[in-house]
Amino acid sequence: MTELRYPFTEESIRGLKAGDAVSISGRIYTGRDKLHKYFADGGKLPVDFEDGSLYHCGPVIVSEKGGYKVVAAGPTTSVRENPYEPEFIAKTGVRLIIGKGGMDDVTLEAMRKHGCVYIQAVGGAAALSAASVKAVAGVSLLKEFGAAEAVWHFDVEGFCGVVAMDSHGGNLFADVAKSSAKRLSELI
Amino acid sequence: MGIVERIAALICETSTSIPEDVESALRRALRREVKSSSAAMVLKTILDNVKLAREKATPLCQDTGTLTFFVDSSLRKKVTPEKIKAAVALATDKGWLRKNTIDSISGRSYDDNCADGAPVVHYVECGKGRRSGSVTLIMKGGGSENMSRQYSLPDSYLGAGRDLAGVRKCILDAVVKAQGYGCAPGILGVCIGGDRATGYEVAKEQLLRSLDDKAEDKSLSALESKILVEANSLGIGPMGLGGKTTLLGLKIAARPRVPASFFVTIAYMCWALRRRTIEVPV
Repeated sequence: MTELRYPFTEESIRGLKAGDAVSISGRIYTGRDKLHKYFADGGKLPVDFEDGSLYHCGPVIVSEKGGYKVVAAGPTTSVRENPYEPEFIAKTGVRLIIGKGGMDDVTLEAMRKHGCVYIQAVGGAAALSAASVKAVAGVSLLKEFGAAEAVWHFDVEGFCGVVAMDSHGGNLFADVAKSSAKRLSELI
Repeated sequence: MGIVERIAALICETSTSIPEDVESALRRALRREVKSSSAAMVLKTILDNVKLAREKATPLCQDTGTLTFFVDSSLRKKVTPEKIKAAVALATDKGWLRKNTIDSISGRSYDDNCADGAPVVHYVECGKGRRSGSVTLIMKGGGSENMSRQYSLPDSYLGAGRDLAGVRKCILDAVVKAQGYGCAPGILGVCIGGDRATGYEVAKEQLLRSLDDKAEDKSLSALESKILVEANSLGIGPMGLGGKTTLLGLKIAARPRVPASFFVTIAYMCWALRRRTIEVPV
């Protein structure tokens, strides 16, 4: 298991290969459909993603004692952000995209060019993901986007995932799709 | 405890605690996978999540899914749709269920998860004179439901004819099409025959069977064992990242069909197979 701590250097990201298990600590920001559309339409990003991470996640959050508590924070499906992500990576210098299900070849190419990786979080493991969020340090665009779409500032410890797309063109999803299709043709 | 509270407790238990047979299957799967592989890491994460959700009584998965209740007909007067709805509203209020029910026309949320047709309630004929009856709940998330599929045989693309060999090809194809997107390792419920609607219904009902259960029909039970091994040789693995565990279980049933139709219907369930039964006096 490779330990990654924010801020993430290009060197540490380039050292990761598809299939590596990682444990992430430090600041991560959530952002999903509305943030990507807002960014593509020229909106100013509320936080600095440089050398940081973007988590495709619509968490379930409750207010308590003047702060926020995360109830569930599993990943959401990433393919919906395909049209926006290459530009997002190029312009922000983000190093980790965390989500579920992988992204397209154009995004993979942007990752190769700019030194970014895609981390598959474990779908359905909502209780555990929530437990790795040690603090909610803040939130941006809450009023504009609503709670599920807002940019949440999570401070995490030991958030686990697997590098599914690396910065050298490696893509586990594509490999598995190809090899399983080949095996299927042998079986039938 | 009143009946509303009992049903609400059933919802809580189902949402927060995975059945023992599924958890055992996940543990066996972890032992099979290569140590420190991504498959092992994903399964370990899943098992840690299962434990934590149970300890803290929080939902296993944020998608608390479509709720389907199967109620013995002996309880028809006691466990009414109104009582079940009240229990669902209570469970939602307690945070055991996400606000997860959307009006398909307006897009608005039913914040108590209750609407015309939600939750789904089936009354099952169970014979007269019973002193108790069972209430079974299954919760199925949208990610896995999106991977369910129905084939109509013959299928020239797959070279699948109207026989069990053709059925096998459909099931393996569905597993490959689903990859990890339905949150693999999955559990498949399959119905051979029926019309389109009963096909999906019966396929989903197979998910109520214990993973250790075998189909009564010998040819079906042989098919279940064979395809399970073959599906796990596809290498799709937990969350589609590769590995030896693509399916945890496969349950097949058959229903009569008309001469013109031959459907093979596959209900894909994620690893978080949330099902539970309680016994209630009449």
